[in-house]
This record gives sequence, structure tokens and C-alpha cells, in this order.
Amino acid sequence: MFAYIVKRLISGFIVVVLISMGVFALYWFGPRNPAQPLCNIDTNNRCRPAMLKAYEHNMGFDDSVVHQYGLWAKGVFAGRTMELGATPYHCPAPCLGMDYRTKQPVWEELKVKFPATLSVAVGASVIFLVVGVSTGVLAARRRGTLVDKSLVTGTLIFSSIPFYLVALLAMLWFTISLGLFPDTGYYPLTQNPLKWFSGLLLPWLVLGIWQSTSYTRFSRGSMVESLNEDYIRTARAKGLRSRTVVFKHALRAAMVPVVTIFGLDFATLLAGTIFAERIFSIEGIGKWGLDAVTVKNLPVVSATVLVASVAVVVSNLLVDLVYSVLDPRVRLT
Amino acid sequence: MTTTTSPRPDLSAGSAGNGDPLLVVEDLTVRFPTHDGLVQAVTGLSYQVEQGRTLGIVGESGSGKSVSSMAVLGLHDMKRTQMSGSIRLDGKEIVGMSEHRLMKIRGKEAAMIFQDPLSALHPFYSVGKQLSEAYLVHNDVSRKQARARAVEMLDRVGIPQARTRVDDYPHQFSGGMRQRVMIAMALINDPKLLIADEPTTALDVTVQAQILDLLQELQRDFNSAIVIITHDLGVVAEMADDVLVMYAGRCVEYGPGNEILTLPEMPYTWGLLSSVPDVSAAADARLIPIRGNPPSLLNPPKGCPFHPRCDHSDKVPGDLCSTQLPDLSAASTGGVHIKRCHLANPQEIFKGDVLPEIAPDLVEELSAGTSDEDEAEAR
Repeated sequence: MFAYIVKRLISGFIVVVLISMGVFALYWFGPRNPAQPLCNIDTNNRCRPAMLKAYEHNMGFDDSVVHQYGLWAKGVFAGRTMELGATPYHCPAPCLGMDYRTKQPVWEELKVKFPATLSVAVGASVIFLVVGVSTGVLAARRRGTLVDKSLVTGTLIFSSIPFYLVALLAMLWFTISLGLFPDTGYYPLTQNPLKWFSGLLLPWLVLGIWQSTSYTRFSRGSMVESLNEDYIRTARAKGLRSRTVVFKHALRAAMVPVVTIFGLDFATLLAGTIFAERIFSIEGIGKWGLDAVTVKNLPVVSATVLVASVAVVVSNLLVDLVYSVLDPRVRLT
Repeated sequence: MTTTTSPRPDLSAGSAGNGDPLLVVEDLTVRFPTHDGLVQAVTGLSYQVEQGRTLGIVGESGSGKSVSSMAVLGLHDMKRTQMSGSIRLDGKEIVGMSEHRLMKIRGKEAAMIFQDPLSALHPFYSVGKQLSEAYLVHNDVSRKQARARAVEMLDRVGIPQARTRVDDYPHQFSGGMRQRVMIAMALINDPKLLIADEPTTALDVTVQAQILDLLQELQRDFNSAIVIITHDLGVVAEMADDVLVMYAGRCVEYGPGNEILTLPEMPYTWGLLSSVPDVSAAADARLIPIRGNPPSLLNPPKGCPFHPRCDHSDKVPGDLCSTQLPDLSAASTGGVHIKRCHLANPQEIFKGDVLPEIAPDLVEELSAGTSDEDEAEAR
């Protein structure tokens, strides 16, 4: 098990390195001069060609790409001093570059933004897993009945409404018109747990319930299948209570495919929920990344891509570990 | 429904004589409403099994043999099933019993073994967990005691190193060993009735014999009644005291095992016998399958359900076979042997037409009068 985790972490590391190279290459060989955005920001869009030339030179864009990647990679582990335009900045390890706009190390900003996104992701996941799986199980147990049909139809209709519309309407009704929820936003858990909770409650509910619809249908299907398995008949023939049969025998088997989907969804959430963060004014990765894209704040964009790739690698590893716990036939080698 | 029950011979001969037999099924009818119509899975089925005896239920896929046995444990989803008639297990009426009371009977008084032990055991739980779960649900004991009981049962059914293997998962056992685990699980609460639904179908032949031997040995020790469901007449010959042949959800022939195998009176049973390969026969000997396909249970044929496939219906005057369902009537051998067929002289046809084709050597022996060896030969 330990050897397996180490092996997976190493291969995950390689994946992240390859992605970092890809991102690096993108902004090196991209259609636009990479020094341009910074020059634009610094000069208020009055960047003259001579100045651009100087920026390019300072930032090393006239150097070889391999050498610059080497410098970047070294910065991640050892920190570096880098020049943005004319001014040198110290960027301590792990250095992911300097934010063009704030002139802060990207890592320092990431440390502030990521907990917000993580909070949204974890809270929403708890809700959509609990709501989605329990309604899915309910529908599967009552399959063919009115309960089942209305759950299936209801979730289908609800999930076909775009998320941003649901989120906007929820925001409009529940906080602005009805005042049922306090203003949304992210407050660090360690400073004020109550504010953290109340600020995130509506985003959690909206994201969780909207996302739960696909889990309802998914766990219903999976549960219907596992309830038809021979070992369920065996469990009933043993004289077990139907609750034991459903939750201990059928649900455990039905969870395997649900875990797969959850791993992917959770990684997506960790990479930032752009709509939710934007609409509920949460300063997380998604909003940060989106803002960075609009002004071509390249170091921030590449940092959010790296976060997403790490999230995918880690959650895939977690999914595989959960598999091995759920199903003894899965051998981790 | 022209007939469902008919007066049947007294079956209690050979019983201990203390009232009702252990399992009495009377006029059992099981139907499933579906989008396409009503599936008439079992119609008017009656049989009895006594303590310590074995009943073999034979028939092809879809003949209602599994459906009728699942009904004995009340395993059908009653919201989707129409059931009538009576099933009495040790005097208790199963049809219409509440789920709560059924749970106390399942696994405790009647247990079941299924066809494919790999899919019938939960892949995610160790066999020890699954066995002790079956014990814990009916006995007020600690987990430790239940585990000890699980080890004891695994040992009893012949699993080597039961003490260490108890923590293994089903996929770590071979097919035969898995079926032993199933048997251990079924017998862990010492049930009076064991229903074995094609217990050897998924196993290879050498293992089949071991499993059948094990079942017989355990039956002697536990004195339980066994209902063995199979389409393999070899299994019936080996195990069954009595045999019930089912076709299209009905009993078509019933009687003592040796009579059904040697002097059957229903063309469907003849067909079953004809389709059993005989190892001792010549290599080019013909295997005669029953022509046609099993009938649709949504819309079973009028009259005798077997008549569209029957080679002998022309020997019945008029169109009786296609218009009127034959009653279950006493066979010419007398005793408890009954059959559902219009043929007036089935024994003559069997000896004259059927037997020479499937076992020519047997005809000579029969004419020589060595009927004691018939049963052995019929295997």
C-alpha cells in the first residue's frame, strides 16, 4: 500500500511537471508577446515598443526557453529574484512567479485563495453526496413508483437549468429579496467559524443541490443494478432486515461507480467554481483565475492550471485508494 | 384454469407419521404482472417434502422451478407478484406472511443455496463476515462466537485450514470451495429445510459429485429436508427420493425417483431422458433433444402446454391435447406416481417407441425382468 502510494505520487509528480512545461510553453510561444500584458499594466496601456523591448529583456523572454524553464523550476524549489520590468522582486520558494498586477508572489496569493475554494468544494460535496446518494437510493428502492418517477423527472428538469441561472436566482431571492441568508463571501475558518459558515451556506446549498441531481440519477442506476445482484437475494435469504440488505450489501457495491464520478467532480471543484465564486463573491481560485485571464496576468493563470492538475492527480489517487477499501478484489500494485 | 388441484394419492407413506410433512405446497400459483401482460410463472403447483427426505424438481429454464422455491422463502417482491395457494413450512403459512415474520424464517428454518456461488456471495465481504452475519441475525451471540461458529461450519463442509481461510474473500476460493462456503452459510443455523437451486450447474463435473456427496452427508447429519432444483437428471438420480417434473409452470409428473427415471409416463419426461448423454453408449449414439422452444409464460398454449412439442399427441384421439389441459392422474404403476397426460397407454409407448431409441440395451434387460438395476442404468 505504502509503496503503491509512493509510486503514484511519483507518477503524479511527473504529470504535474509535464503540465507545468506545457503551460510554460504556452505563454512562451503563445500568439501574443508575453511581456505585453505586464507592460500594459505598468504603463496604463501606453506601452511603447522600446519599453516593451526592455521588459522582454528583463523578464528573460529573449533568452532560451529551456534556460528560462530551468530558472522557473529552480524558483519553485529554492526561490529566486526576478525582474518585472525594471524592478527586481524577491520571490521565495515555492516561487510560482509574481502577480503582474499586485507584484506579490503568486504563492502568497494562492495561499489565501485556495482555502476559500477548498471550503466551497468540501461543503458542496458533502451536500451533493448526501442528498444525491440518499435520493438515489430512495428512488432505486421504490423503483417504478410515483416517488421514483418524480425524483427522476424532477432531477432531470432541475439539472437542465444552467447553474449560473440557478445561482443568480437563489442569490436574488434568498439573500436580496427575502433576506433569508446573510451576505455571502469567504471568511477564514480559523478567524471566525460562524462567519465562515454563514457566508458559505448559500453557495454550498445551491452548488450542492444543483450538483446532487446527477448523483441522484447516477446512484439510482447503480443501486438498481446492485439490488438485482445475486448476492442481494442471498442476503435476503439469510433473513437480514431490508435496511441491512440495502445499506450494507447493496449500497457498498453501488458506491464504486459513484466514487469514480465524485473523484472527477471534486477535482473540478478544487480547480475553482468560477460561477459560484463570481456570483457569491467568494475570493477563490476560480474567480482569481478568471480575473487573471481577462488582463492576461500570466503567472496567475499558470498557477491556477497547476492547481487544477494537482487536484486531478490527487483526487484520482484518493479514488483509487477508496476503491481498494471498498472492493477487496482491487489490488494496488 | 380448468384444473389446479386434483385428488392426489397419499404421500405420507414412509413418514414418521407425526402429522403434516415439513413442507406442504398446495395449489401454489405465482404470477408477475408486466408491461407485456401477466407472466404465469407457476400454476396450481402442489407437493410435499418430509423431514430427512429429498425432492428433486426438474424442468428446463423458465419452467417455474426457481420461482416456486423462492416463494417458499417468501423472497418475491409482493408488490410485483400475485401469489395464491398455500405454502406451509412446519405448520406455518408462508403465503401472505408479514415480511417481519418471514425474516425470522429465512435462513433459520429454511435456507437456500444458489446456482453460481461467485455471484451469490458478496464480493466485498470476507466469507467469515458473511457466515457470521447469517448466524448473528438469528442468534443472540457475540461477534466472536459467531466467528467461531463460522470457522466450525467451514471446517464441517470440508474447507481446509478453515481457521485462516475464514478471512479470505469469495474470489480467493475455487468454484467448488465457494459452493462449500454457500452450503456452510445455508446450514449455519441448522435449518429444517434446505433449498438448493441448481447447486452444481456452475461447477465442473468432478466437483459436482463432491458437492452432491457433501449435501447427502450433511442431510444425514442434520436430518434436514432438501428440495433440489435442477435440469440435470444425473443429479436427480443421485439425490432425490421423489421427483417433480415441471413444465410451463405446472407439475407434469411426480413420483418416486426410480419410477420417474425408469418408467416415466409423460412425453416431456421422456424427452428429458432422451436428451441426457450416456457415457457408456456408443460414440455415434444419437442424442435426441426435445424439439421446439419452451412455451411463453405470458401466453401459454391451450390444452396441454407441451402439445406443440409433443411427438405423441397424434396417439390421442381427436384434438384433446390442444384443447383440454389434462388432469394430474394416477400413473399405471400406481402408488404415488402421478402424471399430466392424455395418453391412454404411456407405458407401452415408452417401452415400445421411446426406450429402444434412447437405450436399446436397457430394453433387453427390462424384458429379462431385472428391474432392480433400472435405476442405476438410467443414470
